[in-house]
Amino acid sequence: MERGGVPLRHATVAPRRVFYEVMDTDGRLAADLARDLDASFEALVIAHQDRLFSIALRMLGDRGAAEEAAQDAFVRAYKALATYDRDRIRELRLRPWLATIVLNLCRTRVARLAARGAAPLSFDLEASPLPEPVATDAASIPAAVMERRAERERWAALLACLPPAYRAAVVLRHVDGLSYPELATALGRPEGTVKAQVHRGLAMLRTAIESSDRLERQEMTA
Amino acid sequence: MTTYRTDDASLEAAVADMTVTAPSALAPNVLVEVGLADRIARLDTVIGPLYVAWNGRGVSGVESADFAASHAARTGRPVFPADALPDRLARAIDRRLAGDRRVRIDLDLRGHSEFEQDVWRKALDIPRGEVRPYGWIAAEIGRPKAVRAVGTALGHNPVPLIVPCHRVVRTDGTIGQYSLGGPENKRTILAAEGLDPDAMEAAAKRGERLIGCASTNIVCWPTCWTGRHMLSKNRRPFRSLAEASAAGYRPCKVCRPVSGAVAA
Repeated sequence: MERGGVPLRHATVAPRRVFYEVMDTDGRLAADLARDLDASFEALVIAHQDRLFSIALRMLGDRGAAEEAAQDAFVRAYKALATYDRDRIRELRLRPWLATIVLNLCRTRVARLAARGAAPLSFDLEASPLPEPVATDAASIPAAVMERRAERERWAALLACLPPAYRAAVVLRHVDGLSYPELATALGRPEGTVKAQVHRGLAMLRTAIESSDRLERQEMTA
Repeated sequence: MTTYRTDDASLEAAVADMTVTAPSALAPNVLVEVGLADRIARLDTVIGPLYVAWNGRGVSGVESADFAASHAARTGRPVFPADALPDRLARAIDRRLAGDRRVRIDLDLRGHSEFEQDVWRKALDIPRGEVRPYGWIAAEIGRPKAVRAVGTALGHNPVPLIVPCHRVVRTDGTIGQYSLGGPENKRTILAAEGLDPDAMEAAAKRGERLIGCASTNIVCWPTCWTGRHMLSKNRRPFRSLAEASAAGYRPCKVCRPVSGAVAA
């Protein structure tokens, strides 16, 4: 197999136009939620389910656990909103707020697993979790795309092995696309700290990918 | 040596590409959990299959046919079909139908009036294997004159069997109407709970509305469990509480018979 033959070529990090659209939508959504929580809550779920699930999946590395965490996060958000007064909801910055909720749930979940004696998620290449199965009708997908996905999931598995603080910073910044100020809000740490954690996290990921590649090549030549 | 595509830009792009689509079940699950949508599934009982609707707040509907469409129309919430009730809920309903009143079954009765909810909560106090007349509920909730309204509220009970409106009978002692598939079902359920509906109606027809115990001088509803073990030589039927009082009997503190029972 030729590693590196699959270019991850959607290279430039697109200036996130989507992000600004979401900001607008979120402002409107917050206003709607303040006016009528029950009537607007579904719109909140639809607008944020992919990102909450993505955050949870990349934090936990397991689809089932991620689905539960994302579901719990929305339920918590609803219960919290039900107790907030209108002004507080209207001024809520939904993106970092929801990110905080799901992140906290991921943390408690990991802690619970660790307490139960399950394999701790650690920075350990030998014990890296298996890549997610690529669950789509395989036949209809070009081989190149399939391979790129497999590569992506392999990297995601390595990401899931970073120490939690760095993993969270990288996931929120680059998987979810939060700005640094939002990131600082969501993680409750100074902007400088989260910036450093993102960079350090990416550096760790790079090291992990490189040694994983090396390991694989050694195995093939052995 | 191969170049690793781990320069900053490609790495960031690759991580940005790790966004995935949420499973399709996520949004419905959330909405059901917070009570903005319901699920509906079939449950088998003594009177045949029933359909039960529920959400994260509690059970919201019980009917004898699939009522997904009418339930959605009435509540204004989407209704998703499910294969079965959640285990915990199915077990709780089984135990409650078997007469275990300690089982907690949360109910979602949003959209119904306070009065209706008072009536249904009171019906929950009637033990399995016993019945009370409409007037008893009216008196117990502090609305002694609202006997007819109690009957209407019971007819609108959205969660029959769970709120046992089948344990409420007409003031004249006849079994009366039943929202869940008619009076025959009511008789079947009461029989399954250990009562003899025919004997109950026959006794009521003879004018036996209350039963007194000659050794204790206490008067009860005929199905009250405290009165059920009295020796037959001590049984004293009464037409009314007034008649029992005149004979020196006091009302049972457990089943609390009321005089309203004879007024209508």
